[in-house]
Amino acid sequence: MEYSRRQLNNIKANLFEQGYLDDQFHQIEELQDDASPNFLQEVVTLFFRDTTRLIDTTEQALKKSPQDFRRLDSIMHQFKGSSSSIGALRVKNECSIFRDHCNQGNIEGCLKSFQKVKKELAILRQKLEAYFKLLNQSESVAVKKADR
Amino acid sequence: MSAASTVGFGDLHILAVDDSSVDRKLIERLLRSSPFRVTIVDSVKKALELLGSLHTPKVDMIITDYSMPEMTGYDLLKRVKACSALREIPVVIVSSDNIPQRITRCLEDGAEEFLLKPLRQPDLSRLYNLMLRNNNRH
Repeated sequence: MEYSRRQLNNIKANLFEQGYLDDQFHQIEELQDDASPNFLQEVVTLFFRDTTRLIDTTEQALKKSPQDFRRLDSIMHQFKGSSSSIGALRVKNECSIFRDHCNQGNIEGCLKSFQKVKKELAILRQKLEAYFKLLNQSESVAVKKADR
Repeated sequence: MSAASTVGFGDLHILAVDDSSVDRKLIERLLRSSPFRVTIVDSVKKALELLGSLHTPKVDMIITDYSMPEMTGYDLLKRVKACSALREIPVVIVSSDNIPQRITRCLEDGAEEFLLKPLRQPDLSRLYNLMLRNNNRH
């Protein structure tokens, strides 16, 4: 079980080193306490729920003709805000690029950028799911050990 | 639930407004460590309903996100400052965007403070001190 602790730390360190996450993620982790023991995971779950919805909204908005760049920018602003709030750095940066394309009225740029936003979100989701799975496993082992 | 030396703390009431569920969860957690009563809503419309209702305990501070669909935090600021019953309530505006003209405009139009997201505990501690000074509590 020591192995999974080390694995956990490695996964986390990796996520930071590769720029998937920034310090805000740490800040949220620090907010966990006895009254909110799963706070980080709850916030992350909310984030993926919200951004899934925002992806659908963006997809619908991109289909419109003529393009409503103000609406697209507004949706992406929310996306960027949520990303920033949980420390999802790469997703946040792709959202900024999307907004730049919006400001320039560049639909091709928006479409390309949106693919990147979706991709970064999917990668982050996969990595965090792996992280939390391992975390929950190692915690349940710790509880079992404590019970003995 | 107030400590013996802090009589009346629980009477002070913070109203927070943010349309993002992630940010509402974060501010709820940050405010949990405070001794104040907290109400969190997801729109300016709801905030105004609350502020206008006789059933709502007096609000001592409003912390509002700037960018929200329909009415913005700036709209809320203007409404509060235009209303004689509400204008004394300090309004703190929070934003993920660092736009100097926006910040200046909010402060000039009566915002107590303009804070950048993500919010941290020290930001809120400063606001609590402000509330306590305004209400002459120790």
